[in-house]
Order: sequence, then structure tokens, then C-alpha cells
Amino acid sequence: MSDSTAIAHGTAEAHHEHPPYQRHHFETIAQQNDATNFAMWLFLLTEIMFFGGLFTAYLIYRNWYYPAFVQGSHQLQIGWGTANTAVLITSSFTMAMGVWSAEMRKKGALVLCLVLTFTLGLVFLGIKTIEYSEKIEKHHVPGFHYSVQSFVDPASDPEVYNEYHDKPLALDMARHTELYFFLYFAMTGMHALHMIIGIAILGFMIFRARAGAYTTGHVTFVENFGLYWHFVDIVWIFLFPLLYLINRHPLAH
Amino acid sequence: MSDTIVTLPDQSTARIPKMNYLTKENGLLSWLLTGDHKRIAILYLISISFFFFVGGSLAGLIRLELLTPQSDLMATDTYNKVFSMHGIIMVFFFLVPSVPATIGNFIIPMMIGAKDLALPKVNLLSWYLYVAAGILALYTMASGGVDTGWTFTTPLSTHYVNTHVLTTGMAVFIAGFSSIFTGLNFIVTIHKMRAPGMTWFRLPLFVWAHYAASILMVLGTPVLAIAIVLMALERTVGIGVFDPTKGGDPLLFQHLFWFYSHPAVYIMILPGMGVISEVISTFSRKRVFGYTAVAFSSVAIAVFGFFVWAHHMFIMGISNYAVLIFSLLTMLVAVPSAIKIFNWAFTLYKGSITFETPMLYAFGFMGLFTIGGMTGVFLGASGTDIHLTETYFIVAHFHFVMVGGMLMAFLSGIHFWWPKMTGRMYPEKISQLAAVVTFIGFNLTFFPQFILGTLGMPRRYASYPPEFQILNVFSTAGASVLGVGYLLPVLYLTWSLKYGEIAGNNPWQATGLEWQVQSPPLTENFPEIPIVDHEAYDYEWLERQKEKEVASVG
Amino acid sequence: MAHDIPHEQHFHDPANVTNPEHAEHHIVLPLEYSFVFGTLLLCTALTVFAATRDLGVFNPIVALAIACFKGVIVILFFMHVKYQSNLIKMTVGAGFFTFLVLITMTLSDYISRAWGLW
Repeated sequence: MSDSTAIAHGTAEAHHEHPPYQRHHFETIAQQNDATNFAMWLFLLTEIMFFGGLFTAYLIYRNWYYPAFVQGSHQLQIGWGTANTAVLITSSFTMAMGVWSAEMRKKGALVLCLVLTFTLGLVFLGIKTIEYSEKIEKHHVPGFHYSVQSFVDPASDPEVYNEYHDKPLALDMARHTELYFFLYFAMTGMHALHMIIGIAILGFMIFRARAGAYTTGHVTFVENFGLYWHFVDIVWIFLFPLLYLINRHPLAH
Repeated sequence: MSDTIVTLPDQSTARIPKMNYLTKENGLLSWLLTGDHKRIAILYLISISFFFFVGGSLAGLIRLELLTPQSDLMATDTYNKVFSMHGIIMVFFFLVPSVPATIGNFIIPMMIGAKDLALPKVNLLSWYLYVAAGILALYTMASGGVDTGWTFTTPLSTHYVNTHVLTTGMAVFIAGFSSIFTGLNFIVTIHKMRAPGMTWFRLPLFVWAHYAASILMVLGTPVLAIAIVLMALERTVGIGVFDPTKGGDPLLFQHLFWFYSHPAVYIMILPGMGVISEVISTFSRKRVFGYTAVAFSSVAIAVFGFFVWAHHMFIMGISNYAVLIFSLLTMLVAVPSAIKIFNWAFTLYKGSITFETPMLYAFGFMGLFTIGGMTGVFLGASGTDIHLTETYFIVAHFHFVMVGGMLMAFLSGIHFWWPKMTGRMYPEKISQLAAVVTFIGFNLTFFPQFILGTLGMPRRYASYPPEFQILNVFSTAGASVLGVGYLLPVLYLTWSLKYGEIAGNNPWQATGLEWQVQSPPLTENFPEIPIVDHEAYDYEWLERQKEKEVASVG
Repeated sequence: MAHDIPHEQHFHDPANVTNPEHAEHHIVLPLEYSFVFGTLLLCTALTVFAATRDLGVFNPIVALAIACFKGVIVILFFMHVKYQSNLIKMTVGAGFFTFLVLITMTLSDYISRAWGLW
């Protein structure tokens, strides 16, 4: 053992030609990459638990107030939801391709992928804005002059009524649609907040990528951001069926 | 002196090493922008001590008010604010970060043979978040405080009180992220930064305990964050999730809150248990008995911690069947806790025990934690819980665990690693006195509260029936003794910074890697990365090292 | 003898760079990404289609099953977990396990609250 100690000490002096991106307290670049990647995953665990609280609330109230959740869900437009799912999945794909471009040291392709991801992120938020403004018009924002008109008298809302022919809800149950809409806004809002943070970081990354920062063999930042972006995508993959697709077959109840 | 293991260097020639982490750079900015885990630990130590004394003064006010049966020192709603702020500051600004952010931050990289934590900037960020949260909490206190209790229980916090719930909630939210970043950093560091040869089962048990606590920080704290966000939205916007009139369930808040806050008590106690393992082994000159069992009992406490939270809600109206399940699961936690206590006791058996200050505090921990833990079993059993909860019995129980357990462990750890942190010794006799005073003061303060609780004195009231006064007088008297016990270390530890004797590398003859380098350590901890070829707590290895040293010098 | 040993192995625990905590950097190819992308789009179409059919109690189950499948392939391929060390795989598992503990233990209260009370 003392032999190997001597070896380690002997080469310690000679081992100072680190790449510039290696931090002083790591012994090797592999150790640094492993550590930051692991740290990113642990951060994503905290995100899972953060959204976990909202999913728990959703599950409980959906079981308690199923009819209210069905009619609340009918107020969302499946077209927008599906479009947004496709947009987000595509942005995840472009992000994954961005990671590949960085790994292959293709600067032009990396910048293109990041710009595409950035744009698709903005498109997603744009569609979300259209959906939100529709809810504001119909007074379906909980806490702000919330109106149960569409649920106690579905016929007053012909667009939705003609498609699903929902029966009027008793006032008591109709008022619980407010809970559905709160969960809708809380979950999609929290998701949108993550998108906004992601888009801001993407903007920063595009500048750095143009300067060639990620195509020198050190791809950890792009990779870890990719993890974040895909995580946000996964959250949406669950939000879409849970919020948009509750009992969408007409005349079933 | 022959029965003690402290072998200080000859004081006439002894010097603090010129190059160390304290002298490397100078000036305020070199501290505020540091990435060095040791300097961040010192920053944390200063800020945490400050908040401890803020929380402690509030505790003093509470005990003073309870000296007499009437509410005479302060108005009843002021009393509510005082005990709420006492709880919030002590839990979120002292107990949760106490050992991990100070001693853990300082010692863990050294124990595993690393130059720093894996993410130094995140470490510094965690301190800044802590400070921001702390300032917000102090601002809240100055501008009128909050009177919900530290639990923010709905619907009280959302519908009824008119105090600063939002800013306090915000402060706790931010402090939570500070704790997440500390825990995340520890997990990554312990996995990825170990020195060659430092396998998992060669790690000191202090590291195992912090690993377990860090898992709880990373997985539990976000749920507290979302609970507080929902509570704040309910209060401001009226979203209805916790409002029965809109179909919401106030108990859901408590589920989410206790999903974090029960594991949080293990976040508080586990690092303390790590300290005790180190101290007991060092001062009985024996390897910790059943090393593997103690290591895994830490992880078991962390895992069980996520399955027992509803025992805080037995009388709140949850399902009887859930009460049954959670009550049974709660009993499970007693098993790993008992494993630890028994193994420490067996470590002492036939050991060469010496009674330095850290060891005295550790003995205090073992006794008080055992009482605190066993009364926890009373409260975990749903039948007795219904009688005892919301009385002073529960107050006494968690103070035995948190103050008698965790605070004793914290002080034990501070005294144990103080020579390493500062390079100087504190005066031994007066510190032993402080340990004894703390122990006596503690028992005098909190033991009467067990009796008060079984007699039925409810918690959280400023006044009480006159027949309870005698025990309350005992309790208040004990609190004053306890206060002296906590002030003493501040005085002599500060004194020792300048006048203490030079400690040398390894005054306790302990085996950890942190003791094999100079005190105070270099900024990069080790002149060269060590290669570990011995088990933890291997005192024979230490002897051989010393012989080798003598041989090479000779 | 000193020169036989590869540079990197001197400086940190070999256990950290060999299994199970370390995986060699694996580059996922665009073709693989494209397959995953196509599958995800198909699944999205499928879940919308399934929602418009009346499957009784199976409607939410099918929707969640498809969502879980989509989530898993994003994690495995887009997030490279398939090619990652056991440590990362366990970390992801631990996250979802704790998430399930939160949900099931909370629901154990909610589903049984009314039992025996009617």
C-alpha cells in the first residue's frame, strides 16, 4: 500500500495540465461530470416531489368530485392540448438532438437545435396564453369572480354543450369545478413557470453556443439542461391526460 | 492528566500553522464570496448561533409568562406570537441546519478525503438563501409576527388569523431551499468525492448519518414548499383546496405539511446521532460496536420516516383505519433508534472511557434521547396519544428529543471539532461545568412538563389553572439554569479563539482522516489526497502511524 | 511501474469510476432519438383517440398507462438513463418510489375515512 501512496504522490505534482473547465477540487474530469450529472438528477427528484403535492391534491378531489372534474375538463379544448403536447415533444426531440450535436462538436447544428427548442418553447407558451385568456373571458379563474354558469346551465355555453350535451350540475357540485380549475391553473401554471425559466436559460445557452462554448468536448451543461427540459416535458405528458382527457366520449353519462 | 487522552504539544514552542484556511485570504469579500466549505461552515455557525439566541430569548419570554397562572407579562395574542416565532426560528433556522450546515459542512469533505464539497457555489448559495430567509423571518417578527404556531395549520392560517402568515411562509419556503441544496451537495459529495480506498463501509458513521438525513432533505422539503405555496394561495386568492366551504379539505394541508415535517425531525436528529457515534468511539477508544447495524439504522430511520407522518394527526379527524396503520408503522421507528442506543452502550462496554467535555454532552444525549424516544412510543400509540397530545407531555417529549438530544449532540460536536476548526483548545474544566449545568437545567426545565402534561395542562395557552403553578415554577427556574449553560460556551469558546492553548493536529487521538492533518486545516484540506487502507475507528492503525512517525523522525 | 497505471486511477476511489456508480459516456444516435420521437407522437394520437371511446373504468387507466409509457421512454432514451450507471437508475427509482409513498399513504386516509360510519 505504501508503494501506491508513493506513486500517487509522485504523479500528483505532474498532474496539473487540466482542461480549463475542470474545477480545482475534482481529481478528474470524469469525476466532475459524474458529480454534476448526479446533482442534476437529485434536483429533478425535488421537482418530482414538488409536483407530487399537486398530483396528490388532484387525485383526492378528482375522486370526490368526479362530475365537476368531467365538466371542467370539457371546457378545455382538446385541439389546443394535443397541439401543445406535440409542440413540447418536438422541442424535447430538438433538445435531444442538441445534446447529440454538442457531443459530436457540431457547432452550427447545436445552435440550430437550441434555437428550435427555444422557439417551440415560446409557441407552447403562446398557445397556453390563448387557452388562459379564454378561461378569463368565461370567468373560470378561481378566486377572481368565478362563475358556475356553464355548469349549472350547460346550454348557456353552446360551444361545449353541442359537443358533449352535459347535464346541469347541482349548484353544490357545480361550485366544485372551481377546485378543478384551480388545479388546472396551479399545475399548468407551475409547469409554465418551469418553461419560462428553461427558455431564459436556453437564450443564454444560444449565445454561449455561438461562441463555441459547448463544442469543445465539455457538454455537461447542455446535457444537464437537457435533463431539465425533458423533465418538464414529462410533467406535461402526465398533465395532458389528467386535465384534458377526463371522460371525453360524448353522451357517456 | 494521566487518565486523559489529550496530549497537547509543548505550549512554549507550539504555533498555529501559518498557512491555513483562515489565513489564506483576508477581508470581508474573501469570506462572502468563498467557495471553501470550511469558511461557509463558519459563516453558518455564526448565523445559526445568532438565530439560536433569538429563539432562546423567545423561549425565555414564554417561561417567564408561565411563571404565574394568569396571563400578566404579555397579552394572550402576544404570547401566541412569541411561541410561534420560537418554534419557527428554532425548527427552520436552528435545528434543521444546525449540525449538517456547520459541522457537517466543515468535516464531511475532510472525513472522506476530498478537497471540497462537490458543488462549492451551491453550498455558498445555500448560505445566502438561509440568510435571506432569516432576515425575512426577523422582519416578520419586528413587524408584528405570526400566531399560527410553527405548523401553519389550516384553516387557522388561511381564514382566521390576521398576522404575517405570508412573509413567514415565504421565509420558511426559502429556508427550505437552503436545506435542499445542503442535502443535495452532501449526497453528491459522499457518492463521488471519496478518496481512494474509502469504501462505503470505511466511512465514519457521521457520514452515514448525514447521508440518510440528506436523503430526507432532498425528498421531503419540496413537499413542504408546495404545501406552503398552496397555503399562501388559499389565503390570498381563496382557491379552495383547503377550504371546506368550497369542497376542499383542510386536512390535506396537514398531510402535505407533515409529509415533510415528520421526516424533518429525523433531519434534525440523524446528524446529531452521527456526532455521538464519533464522540463515543473516540473517548472509549473502541470501534463502534456493530458498525454496519448503526450505519444501516440511519438509513432505516430515513426510510421509515416517510411512512409515519399521520401520527401527528390522530385527533384531527383522519380515518380510524389510517390511525391504525400509521400507529403500527410509527412503532417501527423505535427499532433503529434503539439499535443505535444499544450499540453505543456496547461500545462503552470495556472501553477505556475518559470524560472530556464532548463525552459529557454525549452521555447527556444518550440519557435524554432515550427518555425522549420512549415517550415518543407513548405518543405513537393512538390510545395514549388521544389523551396526551396537545398537552405539555408532547412539548416535553419533543424538547427531550430536540433540545436534550439534538442540542446536546450539537454542543458535543462543536466541542469535539473546535480544536480542528480553530486550532485552539477551550478551557476544559469550565466546559465540563457547562455540560453539567446544561444537563441539570434541561431536566429541571422539561421533566416537570411531562407531569404537567399527564395532569392535563394544555399547550399553547398563556394562562393555566393555579394548581399547576408549582411545577411551572420549577420549569422556569430550570430554564434560567439552562440559559446559563448555553451562555457559558459562547463566552469561553470566544475567549479560546485568542487565548486557548494550541491544540495540535490530533488532541483527542481520534482516527478520522480530518484529525491526521494540521489544525486549522489548509484550504485544500490535504497536501496530497490520502489513500485509505484502514477501517473506520481503527485505533491500532493510529498507533502504528504514530510509531512510524517516531521512527521516521528518529 | 508508476507509468503502467492509467493517469486517472491514482486520484480517486476506483470504486467511483467503475461500476456501479459510473457509466462510460454513451452517445445516443439521432436515429434512436427519431424512433423515440415518432413513438411519442403516435402515443399522443393514441391517447386522444382512446379518450373519445367509452372504455368504462378503463378510460383513465389506459390514459395513465400511455402517459407512463411515454414518460418511461423519455427517461430511458432522451434522458439517457438506459445507458447510465446503476446509481442514476436507482436515484430515478427512489424519486418515483417516494412520490408513490406520498400518494398511497395519503389516500389510505381518504379512502377509509367513511368506512364503518354509514
